[in-house]
Amino acid sequence: MKDSIGYKVFKAINAIVLILIVIATVYPFWNVVVQSFSSENAITAGNVVLTPVGFNLETYKYVMNDPIFWINYKNTIIYTVVGTAISLFLTTTLAYVTSKKYLPGRRFFIGLSVFTMFFAGGLIPNYLLIKSLGWMNTMWAVTVPGALSIFNMLIMKSFFESMPDALEEAAIIDGATPFQILMRIILPLSKPILATMVLFYAVGAWNAWFGAFLYMDNKNLFPVSVYLRNLVKGATGAEAQSADEQSQVSSNIKAVTMVLTVLPVLVVYPFCQKYFVNGIMIGSVKG
Amino acid sequence: MKSIKKYWQLYLIVAIPTVYLLVFRYIPMIGNVIAFRTYLPGGSVFGQEWVGLRYFQMFIGDATFWQVFLNTLSIGIWTLIFTFPLPIIFALLLNEVKNRIFKKFIQTASYLPYFLSIVIIAGMILDFTSSGGFINNAIHFFGGSRILFMQDPKWFQPIYVISQVWQTLGWGSILYLAALTNIDDTLYEAAKMDGANRWQQMLHVTLPGILPTIITMLVLNVGSILGVGFEKVLLLQNPLVYSTGDVVSTYLYRVGILSSNFSYATAIGIFEAIIGLVLVLGSNRISAKITKTSLW
Repeated sequence: MKDSIGYKVFKAINAIVLILIVIATVYPFWNVVVQSFSSENAITAGNVVLTPVGFNLETYKYVMNDPIFWINYKNTIIYTVVGTAISLFLTTTLAYVTSKKYLPGRRFFIGLSVFTMFFAGGLIPNYLLIKSLGWMNTMWAVTVPGALSIFNMLIMKSFFESMPDALEEAAIIDGATPFQILMRIILPLSKPILATMVLFYAVGAWNAWFGAFLYMDNKNLFPVSVYLRNLVKGATGAEAQSADEQSQVSSNIKAVTMVLTVLPVLVVYPFCQKYFVNGIMIGSVKG
Repeated sequence: MKSIKKYWQLYLIVAIPTVYLLVFRYIPMIGNVIAFRTYLPGGSVFGQEWVGLRYFQMFIGDATFWQVFLNTLSIGIWTLIFTFPLPIIFALLLNEVKNRIFKKFIQTASYLPYFLSIVIIAGMILDFTSSGGFINNAIHFFGGSRILFMQDPKWFQPIYVISQVWQTLGWGSILYLAALTNIDDTLYEAAKMDGANRWQQMLHVTLPGILPTIITMLVLNVGSILGVGFEKVLLLQNPLVYSTGDVVSTYLYRVGILSSNFSYATAIGIFEAIIGLVLVLGSNRISAKITKTSLW
C-alpha cells in the first residue's frame, strides 16, 4: 500500500521533531565540552556556542595539576569497585537462595526483602546508624548502606528461576555443594544478567555524591562527584548573593571537571546501552 | 530442623544478606521511633524517653513546614503533568520511524541524560541559566534583558520541571516502546482492511495496545508525586529561592542534619512516608476499580 501524501508530510515533520529532540538532549552537554576547550574570556563574552573559541588545553592542565582532584578521582574508582563488589555479592547470594523453590523458609527471606521496598528508615535514622557504627569518614559509609537493591535482586532471582533444574540435579549427583554449584555452574551461565547488574551498580556508585557529602568531611576522602559539587555550589550556593559572585570559579574549570568526571560513563555507555535496556525490560516483565 | 540440616549451606549463603537487611534496612526502620522519643547526641539510635506526639504537633504548627509541603506538592504535580505524557508521545513518534539505524541513534542519544550524575546535570542547569549562560545570551541576542533565573523564586519550579523533562523523556519511553513492539501486527492488518487510516490505527490499535502500560506508569507516578528529586533540589536551591524551591526532604535535611533536630526531622519524614504510601495504595485502588489494571 502506498503512503498517502498526508502521511509522507507527517513522516518528514516527525523526523525533524525527533532530530530537534536529540539536539536539545545533546546540546547542553556539547556546550560543556566546547567550554572546556575555550578561554574564559570567550565564555564570559558569550561567544562559545558550537565550537571552542580561543582553543586551549590550559584549563585541562590546571585541573589535572590539582592533587586533590586526582585523590578524589582515585577515591571514586575505589568506591565504585568496592561498592559494586559488595552489591554484587549481596544481590547474587540473596537472589540465588530465594530462587530455590524447594527451600523451606524461602518465602520468609523474600518477604523480608520486599517489605523494605515499601517501608524504609528515613534520612535521620540512617544517618544515626552510620554514626553509631563509627563509620563517619570511612569508605564503608558510602559503599555499604545503599549496596543492595531489592529491585535488582528480584530481576536476578527471576533469571535464576528460569534456569533448568536439571543443571543443579546433575551437579548434586556429582557431589557438588550449593556454593560450588553457584560459583561453577550458575554464575558462568548468568553472564548477561551479571553484566547488567555490574553496569547498574557501577554507574550508580560512580555518580553517587550524597552519601559522601553526608558522611564525610575530610576532603582527602571525597569522591570526585563531591569535588565537582563543591565547585558548582561554591559559586551559586548559599554564599552567592549577587550575579558577580557566580563566577567565583570560572566556567571553563567547571566544564573541564565535568568532562573528566563523566568521561568513563560516556565511554562505556554506547557499548553497554543494550544491557541497561535489557535489565529494565526483565524487571518490568516480572515486576 | 531436618531441613536446616539438609540445606544448611543454602541458609549459610543467605545469612550475610539477611544480616545486612536487618542492620541496614530494619534498624533504620525501627529507628523511626525517635520521632516519638527524645534523642541525646551519642546516645542510643532508638532515643531516650517517650514524648508521644510532641514532634508531630511541632511541625503541624510550623508555618515553614506547610510552605515546603505546598512547594513539594506543586513541583510534584507539575512534574507529573509534563513528565508523564511526553514520553508516551515520544514513544509514539519514534514508533513511526521505520529506518532502524535512525531509530537506534535517537534512542541512544535520548537515554543519555539518565546515566549522567545528578551533580553534572545540576551543574549544567546552573551554567545554562546563569547570567552569562546560554539562555541569557539568547535572550540578550534577541534584545531582551538578562534574567537572574536561579535567584528569582518564580523561576525555580519551571526550571526544575523543564530539566526533569529533559532528563526523563528518553528513558521514560523505554517501557512504552517495548509495549509497542508487542502489539500484534495482524491487528493493524485488520484495521487496514476496515479502511482505517494511520491516525485511526493509532487511536484504535496502538493506544489500546499500550494502555495497560500507561495505567501502570500512571499509578507509579501518582504514587511518587511527593518524591520530588531530593538531590537535584538540594543542588539547585539557594536561600534566595526557598519560598518556592524548598521541599519537604530538603527542609528535613536542614532541620535534621544541619541543625541536629533529629526527632523533629524524623517526625516530618514519617509524615511524608505515610502520605506517599497512601498515594500509592489509593491510586492503585482507583486504577483497579476503573480499568481492572492493578499493580498487585
